[in-house]
Amino acid sequence: MISVSELSKSYGPVLAVDRVSFEVPKGEVVGFLGPNGAGKSTTMKMLTCYIPPTNGTATINGFDIFHQSEQVRESLGYLPENVPLYQEMKVEEYLDFRGQLRKMLRADRRKRIDYVVNRCWLGSVRNRIIGHLSKGYRQRVGLADALLHNPAVLILDEPTVGLDPTQIRETRKLIRDLGGEHTIMLSTHILPEVEAVCDRAIVIAAGRVVAQGTTEELRQSRRLTARVLVECRGPAREVEAALSRVSGVSKVEILNGDGASSGDGKYVTAAVRSAEQRDVREEVARTVVQHGWPLREIRLEHATLEEFFIQVTATQAMAGPEEVSSQ
Amino acid sequence: MSRAVVIARRELSSYFYSPVAYVAMFLFLLVCGLLFWDDFQPGHPAAMRTIFDWMVWLLVFVVPVLCMGLLAQEWSTGTIETLMTAPVGETDVVVGKFLGSLFFFVVLLVPTLLYVVMLATHNVGRLDLGPIFSGYVGIVLVGAMFIAVGLFCSSLTRSQVVAAVSAAAILFVVTIVPWWASTKATLPTFWRTLADQSVYRRYTDFSRGVLDTSNLIFFVIATALFLFLTVKVLESRRWK
Repeated sequence: MISVSELSKSYGPVLAVDRVSFEVPKGEVVGFLGPNGAGKSTTMKMLTCYIPPTNGTATINGFDIFHQSEQVRESLGYLPENVPLYQEMKVEEYLDFRGQLRKMLRADRRKRIDYVVNRCWLGSVRNRIIGHLSKGYRQRVGLADALLHNPAVLILDEPTVGLDPTQIRETRKLIRDLGGEHTIMLSTHILPEVEAVCDRAIVIAAGRVVAQGTTEELRQSRRLTARVLVECRGPAREVEAALSRVSGVSKVEILNGDGASSGDGKYVTAAVRSAEQRDVREEVARTVVQHGWPLREIRLEHATLEEFFIQVTATQAMAGPEEVSSQ
Repeated sequence: MSRAVVIARRELSSYFYSPVAYVAMFLFLLVCGLLFWDDFQPGHPAAMRTIFDWMVWLLVFVVPVLCMGLLAQEWSTGTIETLMTAPVGETDVVVGKFLGSLFFFVVLLVPTLLYVVMLATHNVGRLDLGPIFSGYVGIVLVGAMFIAVGLFCSSLTRSQVVAAVSAAAILFVVTIVPWWASTKATLPTFWRTLADQSVYRRYTDFSRGVLDTSNLIFFVIATALFLFLTVKVLESRRWK
């Protein structure tokens, strides 16, 4: 449905988007993930034909973004960052205008407006002036506009930013429900959102795609292992030594210094990793008890997407956005 | 319905929500009213000629103010993004905004029909409606050209103030400067011919009652030129 190949955008000497390539099949919900300034919005603006690419191509629903721009825009529903709207219009008036702009016939328009107003929970503000609405409502108006003509593809730039927790949850649910029927690409830097809503994620940093895959694949890809956290009262060095000797343990790290920072006096938190990804909690617990150190907490911490994200984007950030060499 | 018409309708209703438009309208009508009052004396000819001539000068400043937001506001609020990512062409946008503004301009002129009524009631049977009709035709043509210039300047900047000032500057050069130059008797032929291609010179025939096609064509071409340039400005974004 969305097919991007070596898409690049440079603003003068700065390369904002660097040979980005990815595919989004029909019906998939893809999360476009990356730190601020990574090039997410720029890529989306190119896909929606708002700015031209410097290099590379992309097709949406089979139409080329540069040569078949009008057909691309007909198949697309777009929610830009900052949701720009005409402040002086009323909600329904605005949606009607957008519908007319897309050459929807009156009966169809009316039906779809009722549908999107319902779906985006705008019923109570239908006749309110957009300038008088809160951010959450304005975001929903933008979303309603994107959905209005039932497009095959939805491109949403940070659809939940600025919303309160209830609204965030509802919007995510809406996006999940729409997936399958529509192909959705949304950008975010909120990791739990990707896990909650998306089938797959594309991670972009400093203009480059640094990883792609399902959230599970991403977590695994960096060989981030799960670790066991154990908190016990005992001399740090001995705890470290004893735990290292436990079979299956590859690395032990004392997290809170010499136990001085723990208020109860000398409680030590150790992070224990196992190379074979074995659950070593039982052995660890037994070791701690055998040495007579009071055991306060022991838990298994799964590899998080956050660690993956930080690792992956940090390396890219070091490299920095590439300066385009002068010809 | 054509996309340009959809945009024109939206633009027109947006004018009615805009405080700037009301202020400009009020000032324009106030000054026109004062001028008419001054002219509506016993012994003066029953014609709107003076008013029409003054109107052109007023419009040099009023139209840029009316048009300053047309595209400049879209740039500054970001709504240009939702507009251009809809399946809409640059020509649709420019023509739509132009038509919407032109229609508002005609609405702006409607209260001046009051003057015609007043002249008619005080000069029963002797009022010559010909020059009045052609005067209005001329004013609408002038308005169309001025709107096209205002729209063009609005497309070049995010700042409405810059748009208004630059449009007023262009219109000033094209309208008032040639008039001033023509008052200086000794002018070489080249400059004189150039000064003749000014708005004011081309317009005065209309207020006198003469509908000359060459004048009509002047305004149509000037309007089309600026609209064309505006479309090019919008299209240039696709190549940046």
